[in-house]
Amino acid sequence: MRVGFLHSLIRPDEKLLIRELRRRRGVELVFLDDRRLVFDLRTPPAVDVILERSINHSRAMHALRLFESMGITCVNRYEVSRKCGDKILTAVALQESGVPQPETRVAFTEGSTLEAIEELDYPVVLKPAVGSWGRLLSRINDRQAAETVLEHKAILGSYHHSIFFAQKYVEKGGRDIRSFVVGDECIAAVYRTSDHWITNTARGATTSNCPVTAELAELSLRAAEAVGGGVLAVDLFETPEGLLVNEVNYTMEFRNSIGVTGVDIPERIVTYLLSPDR
Amino acid sequence: MTNCPVCDAAVEASEDPVEGELLECPECGIELEILDLDPIVLGEAPQAEEDWGE
Repeated sequence: MRVGFLHSLIRPDEKLLIRELRRRRGVELVFLDDRRLVFDLRTPPAVDVILERSINHSRAMHALRLFESMGITCVNRYEVSRKCGDKILTAVALQESGVPQPETRVAFTEGSTLEAIEELDYPVVLKPAVGSWGRLLSRINDRQAAETVLEHKAILGSYHHSIFFAQKYVEKGGRDIRSFVVGDECIAAVYRTSDHWITNTARGATTSNCPVTAELAELSLRAAEAVGGGVLAVDLFETPEGLLVNEVNYTMEFRNSIGVTGVDIPERIVTYLLSPDR
Repeated sequence: MTNCPVCDAAVEASEDPVEGELLECPECGIELEILDLDPIVLGEAPQAEEDWGE
């Protein structure tokens, strides 16, 4: 089987996947560096399946659409990348599937967003619709901060920063949960703990094993299914009322979660990729 | 073994290097990218862009 590996920079996560793919008998690895690709809309690369690992969301999403239009199966699929790469589309997908998430508002002007924030009541988190690793998140504790952040985003940001995505801040006790879904199984989960209110490992949070309870597995699978399924990392908050889904990531980073969970995540991803049932 | 293009310190690639792989210079700490394999050529890795992530 010829496996296309869509990538740009090769981080430790990609390296682990490459090593796993090279270990598999009958797999020919074809590197597809998104910085060198040119599409003529007709000629597919000579591969049987593509594993998407681009670091740029916009390149990944459009490349997946192009590959799929030429009949190539991709993991993950274009529709999954579209929904996961935009927090508004993720929130819509979760809402349509009845998956619990933080109270959310979307608005398009400074004035309407300020009204929405006041209605949600402070603290509120303002997030760019497209972005990752906890970057450009704003925790807004009062009206003065809201006015300042909204003005800065409207004047200094590019046009898509004027599509405002606000969520009620969830007090999560210094940690959140990241669960890993591969196909129809929640294979592992970690707590991500930090003194900072942003608990991304890219921002210094540490990971520890989180038992995959029936509740966690069921909600993780529902969240994954809501965005189209595949290989996904689901970020969740623990609240007194139960778990809430915060995000679903389609080019998931897992290197900090292998040792603490004891689950060979790249092995599970590659097995899924090579399976005819994917 | 090759050298950091910024500070010239010796940088060792992994046993199975890949084009595009990220490395960190052990001396100056800059993030480097493997640009070529035979021989190994390093360049400064690109800066993070707004849509980078998961």
